[in-house]
Amino acid sequence: MSSGIIAVFKTEGELLSAAKAAREKMGFQNYDAFTPYPVHGLDDAMGLKRSWLPYVTFLAGITGTVSALLLEIWTSAFDWPVNIGGKPFVSFPAFIPITFELTVLFGGLATVGALFFVCGLPNLKRKPLHLKITNDRFVLFVPSNEKKYNESDVKTFFNQFHPEEVSVVQQ
Amino acid sequence: MESATLTVERESLVSGGKVLADVNVDISRPLESFPTKKWYVAFSVALAALTFGGGAILWTIFNGLGNLGINSPVGWGVFIINFVFWIGIGHAGTLISAILFLFRQKWRTAVNRSAEAMTIFAVMTAGIFPLIHVGRPWLAFWLFPYPNTRGPLWVNFRSPLLWDVFAVSTYLTISAVFWYVGLIPDLASIRDRAKNKIRKMAYGTLAMGWTGSNRHWSHYETAYLILAGLSTPLVLSVHTIVSFDFAVSLMPGWHTTIFPPYFVAGAIFSGFAMVVTLLVLARETFNLQNYITVNHLEAMNKIILLTGTLVGYAYASEFFMAWYSGNPYERFIFVQRAMGPYAWSYWTMISCNVFWPQLFWFKGIRRNIKVMFVLSILVNIGMWYERFVIVVTSLNSDFLPSSWRYYRPTLWDWGVTIGSFGLFFTLFLLFCRLLPVIAMAEIKGVMKGEHKKGAH
Repeated sequence: MSSGIIAVFKTEGELLSAAKAAREKMGFQNYDAFTPYPVHGLDDAMGLKRSWLPYVTFLAGITGTVSALLLEIWTSAFDWPVNIGGKPFVSFPAFIPITFELTVLFGGLATVGALFFVCGLPNLKRKPLHLKITNDRFVLFVPSNEKKYNESDVKTFFNQFHPEEVSVVQQ
Repeated sequence: MESATLTVERESLVSGGKVLADVNVDISRPLESFPTKKWYVAFSVALAALTFGGGAILWTIFNGLGNLGINSPVGWGVFIINFVFWIGIGHAGTLISAILFLFRQKWRTAVNRSAEAMTIFAVMTAGIFPLIHVGRPWLAFWLFPYPNTRGPLWVNFRSPLLWDVFAVSTYLTISAVFWYVGLIPDLASIRDRAKNKIRKMAYGTLAMGWTGSNRHWSHYETAYLILAGLSTPLVLSVHTIVSFDFAVSLMPGWHTTIFPPYFVAGAIFSGFAMVVTLLVLARETFNLQNYITVNHLEAMNKIILLTGTLVGYAYASEFFMAWYSGNPYERFIFVQRAMGPYAWSYWTMISCNVFWPQLFWFKGIRRNIKVMFVLSILVNIGMWYERFVIVVTSLNSDFLPSSWRYYRPTLWDWGVTIGSFGLFFTLFLLFCRLLPVIAMAEIKGVMKGEHKKGAH
């Protein structure tokens, strides 16, 4: 994370209006909000698109389904067919429970893997911008790599929304 | 004309006029101070039970399954009963964390963390039993289909016991991952308030560098929703597959189509009873009465009432179908259950599962901590006996009357059973000491107060 300016708010509402104005009025693109819990409406205020994680789940789930069926059919009917109680080598209904379980297993693990990837976890070098973010404060952060970044402008902009604190951070 | 809107103000999920900042303080307290005397007493009892059970397990592995009471024809005994019992306990945790999440039941935030922890510990405990029951636990990895030098000889994918291997291991993996994802923001909270260097490093490593960025929250919430969506059919499938262990066989009393829904209802029933037992203890020991409120416990008691009634209906339906099917073996086994040599276990089950939970129709009882604690333990006894009735009565009197034998568990059976409770409670008590027992980030999201001002 680069350097920039943070504004610390006490309420969700102040953060929401500041986040919205940062994009609409100031034209910021790379700014971010930091909150103790997911705040509803913040994605819209910041103009974030829907997460692409469901596609990962879908593809991984399908992979799980296909690999389970291939494994079951290949081992039971091709590699070493064993006659068990006269049942067909490809006992499709009996293969379904494991197919389902592997679909869920692949889908779930891939989703979490993708979540870690997109959030850059684990990254132990990252320092929190403000220690109260994980407690009860709402922070808006404008990084210095924003196109129209200018320290005094950003500070004036922040002050319209009654922040508790505005400070420059170096990281 | 002005439009009038009628809003019904719901009772707050957190009582005692708490503000956001109180959440971290109250819930991190057990982690940041020395444990109370009560905790030490409980922990020593649990550890003693675990040690006792550990000894019983070692001797059973060393000496062999001859230690146990299983005989011919009763080849499945207390071990399989315990396996089904503990897996069932786990189900309430997933129901609370996943299904209630999908139904937008906000009260779940107070209980989901500890219920999920319960799930994971219960499934781990359950796993011990089939592992020893295979006879040679050091070869248990043969249960997985891996390329081997014996042919390769593959596992039998048509066997419900193999489905179980996949179902239970998937369930444990997904529950653990779901739980960990939920913990990340809270671990970051503890990292940021830690004054002690070692604590900061330990929780910081576990939190993996979570910052609370909204660009991350946005993906996080989607992932959480997907995991809830995946866990919901998963949890239903797990107990369905456990019931297939019985239903796919040809034993009278087992070979019925009612088994999957009946097992799932029973699992949720017993699991909720265990959640009530644990939460009553946790809220008293750690002073969390403002977060785990009587309203939350009442909601859980309503679910116990519902699922208990469902289970009662299943018992009745089984009897009706045994008569209606005209199958003499099926009829015999059910008459045998209620009036045969194991009638005592059958009536223990009926009174604990069907009769006593009906008291929850009364609001005063649903909200009485002492009474619900006793009832929740009765339900767990009843559900243990339900599995006893299912496993033992069907096997004991099989198709060949000359082979019938009475089943009596031995000291080692009971030793391992006590040990399983020891393991479960040891893990749970350690969890209460080391991790936040309430999902702090989620509780903050559902709180009302100053911080919501100006929000739409």
